[in-house]
Amino acid sequence: MNFWNDPLKVAAGWLEGIFTGWGMDAVLAHVLVVFLGVFLLITILMVLDIFLVWIERKVVARFQDRIGPNRVGPYGLIQPFADIIKLIIKEDTTPDGADKVVYNLAPILSMMSVLILWAIVPLAPVMLGVDLNVGVLFLIAAGAIGTLSIIMAGWSSNNKFAMIGGFRQVAVMVAFEIPMLTMLMIPTIFAGSMNMNDIIESQNVWYFIISPLGALIFLIAAIAELGRAPFDLAEGESELVAGFNIEYSGMKFGMFYAGELLHAFTFGGFWAILFFGGYRFFGLEQVSPFLAILILVIKAMLGYWVIMWVKYTMMRIRIDQMLGFNWKFLTPLSFALLLVTALMNTLLRGADGWLYILGMFLANVVTAWVALEIARSVSKKERERVEGVKQVAEVHHS
Amino acid sequence: MTGEQIIFLIVALFTLGSALMVVTTRNLIHAALWLVATLFGVAVIYALLNAGFMAVVQVVVYIGAIAILFIFAVMLTRKDLRDNTPQTNKNWWAGALVAALTFVGLVFTLQSWSGFSKTASAVPLGFDAISQLGEQLTSPTAYVLPFEVASVLLLAALVGAVYVAFNKK
Repeated sequence: MNFWNDPLKVAAGWLEGIFTGWGMDAVLAHVLVVFLGVFLLITILMVLDIFLVWIERKVVARFQDRIGPNRVGPYGLIQPFADIIKLIIKEDTTPDGADKVVYNLAPILSMMSVLILWAIVPLAPVMLGVDLNVGVLFLIAAGAIGTLSIIMAGWSSNNKFAMIGGFRQVAVMVAFEIPMLTMLMIPTIFAGSMNMNDIIESQNVWYFIISPLGALIFLIAAIAELGRAPFDLAEGESELVAGFNIEYSGMKFGMFYAGELLHAFTFGGFWAILFFGGYRFFGLEQVSPFLAILILVIKAMLGYWVIMWVKYTMMRIRIDQMLGFNWKFLTPLSFALLLVTALMNTLLRGADGWLYILGMFLANVVTAWVALEIARSVSKKERERVEGVKQVAEVHHS
Repeated sequence: MTGEQIIFLIVALFTLGSALMVVTTRNLIHAALWLVATLFGVAVIYALLNAGFMAVVQVVVYIGAIAILFIFAVMLTRKDLRDNTPQTNKNWWAGALVAALTFVGLVFTLQSWSGFSKTASAVPLGFDAISQLGEQLTSPTAYVLPFEVASVLLLAALVGAVYVAFNKK
């Protein structure tokens, strides 16, 4: 076994050899090495998180026709470190009447719900944390902890705005969990497994090509889960000041903020894993695990960029629009798509590769077209009901 | 004592302790949060038993849906969250008696079972519990009828909830 072919196993074996050489128990040495591996992964992620702040600020600046941070260091690269120093030396305030334990636990849980997701991310064919056979459900379970952290933050702050923001965010997250879970079933149907690594390995054709509608609905649900625009009504500045994190200052606020950025990057990564082949790119992943990691990071960055693109070009929608959009359009559509996909998968099971891809693609297009036609006729009726007089007025005008 | 047993004992103590907090704490929201901790402990026990699916579903359903619903219900229905009323009424001793009797009965019944003191055999390598579960739930010779009946029951509950909440014009 070569370090360049399987770096994790070689490094772990080497370290375990050293620890047992010191007279340590073999089991204890193994636990210690695994712990060190987790620690290393989290450290790398947190360092990446620091640079995500810079990336986010640079990208939003370009979308808004600005330059962004450009004073501290080359291209403003040191700016996030200055931000961190500012956050750390800020006064750490706790509001009167706050529920102290819950209040302090919420940012930690928020960050944890993001970091825990990386346990199931396959970085390379041989590099994965846990080879969990229910990986897809794990994604939703981690989201549940995130939901809990937000309601804890909103409630414990003893602030009405925080509370309303928390309520709104939880309403969004609970609602969009359903289309997200349904769309997670689509790669599961194709791969025949809920294991993330199996889903990647079976993507000889990107699932985005087989199920473009599924990928799109997953992205929408992921953006809602992140609480980013157009679903960021939890932090509607004009009505709620800042939402559930209004009372947090210094690094506690920083935890929420960094958690959100890393969450967006992580969901970019999961989008890439589930629908864009993860670390696979024309057999390049077989050359070296490090190249595979690079491919995954690039794909995750592209997904993150799409999420930012949506965030900085869309307007915030109202809560009734959000709930109506989810419960009356996205949820039925995702159920219909799941049924169509399962049915087509059974019908085309024995078919030729190209026929299968074409059939699946066309089924997706037809489902999307029917859904949009229904939505259009409903909204046309609704518009006529609300502003029926308008057409008459227009006739008079001409 | 093996490492697994130590972990089990820690988790079990944590679960029992937080379950005790659920019924003794004054604050209703705290009780709901302790309930989350209890349910999480149960999920860890499932994971220790090699039942990964059950563990994840426990977190998704109980923490992600039911506990959040509890918290919402408490926040939306209680006017004042500073509860000063006692948590127990005069029948607390009867409840304690029933709980103790149930525990004793369970222990007694389990002790007469031959598998009580056996250690479980290791899960064979490559054993796919999820596909087994899926096949059992949809196989006509196994559990498809209870599964479908439960689905219909849930659907009926859903329709009933919509009907009750529906604003008749």
